Amino acid sequence: MSVTENFKPTIVAFCCNWCSYAGADLSGTNRLQYPANVKIIRIPCSCRLNPMFVLRAFQKGADGVILCGCHPGDCHYTTGNYYARRRMTLLFSLLDFMGIERGRTRVEWVSAAEGAKFAATMNEFTETIMKLGPNRRLEDLRCRKD
Amino acid sequence: MQRIGVFVCWCGSNIAATVDVEKVSQVLAQEPGVVFSTNYQYMCSQAGQEMIQESIHKYQLTGVVICSCSPRMHEATFRKTCEKAGLNAHMVEIANIREQCSWIHKDMATGTEKAVILGRAAIAKVHLNAPLTAGQSPVKKRALVIGGGIAGIQTALDIADAGFDVDIVEKQPTIGGKMTQIDKTFPTLDCAACILTPKMVDAAQHEKIHIYSYAEVEKVKGFVGNFQVTIKKKARYVDETKCTGCGLCTEKCPQKKVPNAFNLGLDNRRAIYIPFAQAVPKIATIDADYCTMLKSGKCGVCSKVCTAGAIDYKQTDTYIEEEYGAIVVATGFNPIKLDKYDEFAYSQSPDVVTSLEFERLMNAAGPTGGTLLRPSDGAHPHTIVFVQCVGSRCDDEKGKPYCSKICCMYTAKHAMLCREKYPDTDVYVFYIDVRTPGKNFDEFYRRAVEEYGVHYIKGMVGKVVPQDGKLKVQASDLLGGSQLHIEADMVVLAAAIEPDETARPLATMLTASMDTNDFFTEAHPKLRPVESPTAGIFLSGACQGPKDIPETVAQASAAAAKVIGLLCKDSLTCNPCTAQPDELMCNGCSSCEKVCPYGAITYADKEFRGPNRTTLLRRVAQVNPAVCQGCGACTVACPSGAMDLKGFSNQQIMAEVDAICR
Repeated sequence: MSVTENFKPTIVAFCCNWCSYAGADLSGTNRLQYPANVKIIRIPCSCRLNPMFVLRAFQKGADGVILCGCHPGDCHYTTGNYYARRRMTLLFSLLDFMGIERGRTRVEWVSAAEGAKFAATMNEFTETIMKLGPNRRLEDLRCRKD
Repeated sequence: MQRIGVFVCWCGSNIAATVDVEKVSQVLAQEPGVVFSTNYQYMCSQAGQEMIQESIHKYQLTGVVICSCSPRMHEATFRKTCEKAGLNAHMVEIANIREQCSWIHKDMATGTEKAVILGRAAIAKVHLNAPLTAGQSPVKKRALVIGGGIAGIQTALDIADAGFDVDIVEKQPTIGGKMTQIDKTFPTLDCAACILTPKMVDAAQHEKIHIYSYAEVEKVKGFVGNFQVTIKKKARYVDETKCTGCGLCTEKCPQKKVPNAFNLGLDNRRAIYIPFAQAVPKIATIDADYCTMLKSGKCGVCSKVCTAGAIDYKQTDTYIEEEYGAIVVATGFNPIKLDKYDEFAYSQSPDVVTSLEFERLMNAAGPTGGTLLRPSDGAHPHTIVFVQCVGSRCDDEKGKPYCSKICCMYTAKHAMLCREKYPDTDVYVFYIDVRTPGKNFDEFYRRAVEEYGVHYIKGMVGKVVPQDGKLKVQASDLLGGSQLHIEADMVVLAAAIEPDETARPLATMLTASMDTNDFFTEAHPKLRPVESPTAGIFLSGACQGPKDIPETVAQASAAAAKVIGLLCKDSLTCNPCTAQPDELMCNGCSSCEKVCPYGAITYADKEFRGPNRTTLLRRVAQVNPAVCQGCGACTVACPSGAMDLKGFSNQQIMAEVDAICR
């Protein structure tokens, strides 16, 4: 099955408002290119990411989900990213167990000054997803795009 | 169903060059609920804003989506625009099609497609937006300054001069901090005490300033404008209201073998002491660790000699509760402990001293009365070696990764003072780099080299070996490409500086964030340098990073200005995007309370209607909207899904996910 021929992955990036969203803005300001497959959703803090949102994204046909937050110790809300880190470690293991490959999920710490890191991360992540091909495991077939 | 207006901005050619704005507005017009969709060259301009306002009236819009630059740029602008047209400010959503679309894509088709999807996500979200109103919370017009060094004193004086009450909490028996121990200050070489002590007296005499000396902050509750602080006044066994500071007790106390902390243990003091002659407040304090009376109940000499009857052996710690609108952290710094740097023989020879100890040895009020004498034998040193960067700019775990910033300058000062007072001394300074940015700083350093003949040698000292009453210093001269062996009489180590050890527990109390080196982080490294990210907490002096005196004073005044700006307000507008529990679903499990970094969640027993006309008493979570900062930690921690965040609700984010994955 040559699924990857015209494969245009959908990637959801959850970015915390204080560091990573600003980092994403900075990569824009610096005109650093990354694929248009990445769509950013702004959340106040990485700890706001309910595992339900990740599941929902995969169910609705996302091929990859990435969470970006402030670096450990730099959380605007002091401890939010620590909760996110533990929560996502658990969730991603569970998803892996369910057949959503590790490569489809990722947590990355991007500060407001790391525009280049944001773009690089997104390029890398999209490449990984391209290699993995479309997400079929958790996708709700009723939501099929084609 | 909302009536939504979509406004697509060209941003000149910033967006329009890679996004077909016309097409975006046309496609988005087909979305459910969209009653009006348009595009315009500059949406943020006067004309653009007027267009939005007119459309709100004309189409009776209940929600607005603006496809433009980042919300970090103009969200506030557009919210205000809509508010003026009678729409709630939180019915506006921004689709970021500039920083996160047009600027990162080169291809028109790709950019347009993505812009449409981002627009759809914003529309999906705005469908679920609800009008939010920000609450108001009152401001207690009183400030707390933690730490009474030059930073704390300057902040307190500036706030007090603006007419607000200020309390200074200082853990030592006197205010003044590190600057009291310093002899001369660079680059002017004026005496530190001459410029500091008048300020200490000003603070003490100011009718708006109250000093809690020998006290510590025990507990902090509350939030910006409304902090409740418990201050522990440690027992000093002397009645502050009676002690006149005559000092008779400090002369008669038979316990003479107490290391004098003010002189860094270079000499001894008595068990009852006044740290130094110009202490403020000038009140004696009994050191409970050494006082024979307190330890064994036998002595009482101080009580007998005190004519004021101020000695009170039964005094205990007292706790004071006070409310504050703002808190300034001015906890300062300490030189690092040098026990891990045995290659410099610090623990082996008393003639190897830290720069702060050297400062005391040079000080007219110090243990040697200002005559530079070796601590070991009291002889005049003829060769002095200064070692820079001891623990600063250090890659390994022993030291600190940062530059301590002040060492280059104070070492130049020490070297200069040595040469000036004792022209027969040879002074060597071993450095990695000489860093002297600052007004008149480099000139000062060059004077040390050119006028005072200080030998500056680029290279590190490898080892110091005490031998026959001398210190053998092995060092490398990197520029000369040779190894040097110097027989020194004294070695002075420029120890790195680190935040005071009380800073970390204090940060936890204040929920103020710190960096990995335990320096307090600022709200923005460039644009908000004196505020902590935690609202109502301000930073002054070296607790935020290594600083010299001029910088500390500048930051202290800046922090004061920010505090005054806050205290001038009668009430504060709260963040309306706060957590909200569904009381019917909440089972009072405390999961949310545990993750809340602000203590915004409390529990209340509430009556609910039960079956058969009974009433049930249930424990449910309650969020204080004035304290909640809207991080959303509780919303995910809640096992029953009772907690949600206004403005970023589960439904709203899900709707965005759906729109993107559609």
